[in-house]
Amino acid sequence: MTDQADVSVSAPTEAAAAPSSSRSRLIPYAVLCELTHRCPLQCPYCSNPLELERASREIDTDTWKSVLSQAVDMGILQAHFSGGEPTVRKDLETLVEHAAKAGLYTNLITSGVLLTRTRLDRLRDAGLDHVQVSFQDTEAGNADRIAGFRGHAKKQETARMVRAADLPLTVNAVMHRQNLHHLEAMIAMAVELDAERLEVAQVQYYGWALKNRQAFLPTREQLDEATRIVEEARVRLKGILAIDYVVPDYYARRPKSCMGGWGRQFLNITPAGKVLPCHAAESLDFLEFENVTERPLAWIWEHSSAFNRFRGTDWMPEPCRSCDRREIDWGGCRCQAFALTGDPDTTDPACEFAPHRQVLEMPVGEAGGEIPEFVYRRIGNG
Amino acid sequence: MSERLILDAASVPRLPRHAKLRFDRARDCWIINAPERVFELDSIAGEVIQLVDGTRTLATVVDELAAKYDQAPRADIERDVTTMLQNLADKGFVIA
Repeated sequence: MTDQADVSVSAPTEAAAAPSSSRSRLIPYAVLCELTHRCPLQCPYCSNPLELERASREIDTDTWKSVLSQAVDMGILQAHFSGGEPTVRKDLETLVEHAAKAGLYTNLITSGVLLTRTRLDRLRDAGLDHVQVSFQDTEAGNADRIAGFRGHAKKQETARMVRAADLPLTVNAVMHRQNLHHLEAMIAMAVELDAERLEVAQVQYYGWALKNRQAFLPTREQLDEATRIVEEARVRLKGILAIDYVVPDYYARRPKSCMGGWGRQFLNITPAGKVLPCHAAESLDFLEFENVTERPLAWIWEHSSAFNRFRGTDWMPEPCRSCDRREIDWGGCRCQAFALTGDPDTTDPACEFAPHRQVLEMPVGEAGGEIPEFVYRRIGNG
Repeated sequence: MSERLILDAASVPRLPRHAKLRFDRARDCWIINAPERVFELDSIAGEVIQLVDGTRTLATVVDELAAKYDQAPRADIERDVTTMLQNLADKGFVIA
């Protein structure tokens, strides 16, 4: 049995060792459907691009249904409905039902602030398999300040509604220097909310989060304490609460296996229908992304220049090319390499052997310094 | 959930609502879909998991496999099945 943990969709989650298979037989596991970029929250680490898509550019219900059907035909197993806030789309139930009937495992990734019990019941009856609710902190004041929205109390209510509706719950907690001191409380909250799973997600520094890096990057001491807390809780809560946790890139010795490798397991569809190898890929501004309104999804997966640009190992520079981990971490994250060095083909600086490793010295050296104001995620702020 | 589940011969294991078993034609194997995770089962694990249906006890599952694979000692099968299912239970993908 192989534990294929790399269908993660939210930026901060971990991807485990990916299977090595020949390029011609790659079957994707999951599709992340970003139904909209509209969201009442303004989290300054949002994984959406700096250029947010407006509602008028969103693809319609029938196009999404076609995409979901095509995904099943390609061998995709899971559909994640995300955003922005996916529940602002009135056709969410229709899309969940279509996906579930087609055999996809359906996951709703939500802030929870707009959900009612009636709607949740409708989603469950439509075949929804799982709900992930994000939390900014355990303390309402700080949580609402980080989100730029008074929503913490409602999120807790929604999480309880999810369990009352007999749906499984993941608590997604994005942790950083301004809330890591509440990590133990966050774990306790996840248990109290009867979640099956807690994602202790560290901020990943692209897009909005890179703009706010100084406000979020924890110190080494904070991180070591967090790791200790998680390790202790994992033992104590074995079989009660599963905890996913990844050391943030800047303090890692090895890069994460971003998306389980570029174009190997995962595809992301933007509100406007563009198909990306990861949700941050538009930051690689030299790539051209195909659109589901113009090409079949399977063609885009197999043949588009964007998906083939960093697929496999042929593109790799040294030290990746001769590294025995090249098919484990796949060179790390292309978006991060490009954002930090300007060279999309270089080893991710999160690797200790990367030629540009020193670009992490400045931010890590300044971690724990003065906390700047947030640049909130909103149209026009990018 | 408040306590760790420890499986024994009398346990009646089943998959929780968020873990869904199905045969995947594209990969030609049984898989369990779970939040942000796919377990691809090899042929033996696939045989075991199909018997995990909320009606059979763990002992019955072992008996049926022992009858089917009569060249393997029952004790070995019991150990392997228990290990596999306890492992899944610890990750929250098998309940009883």
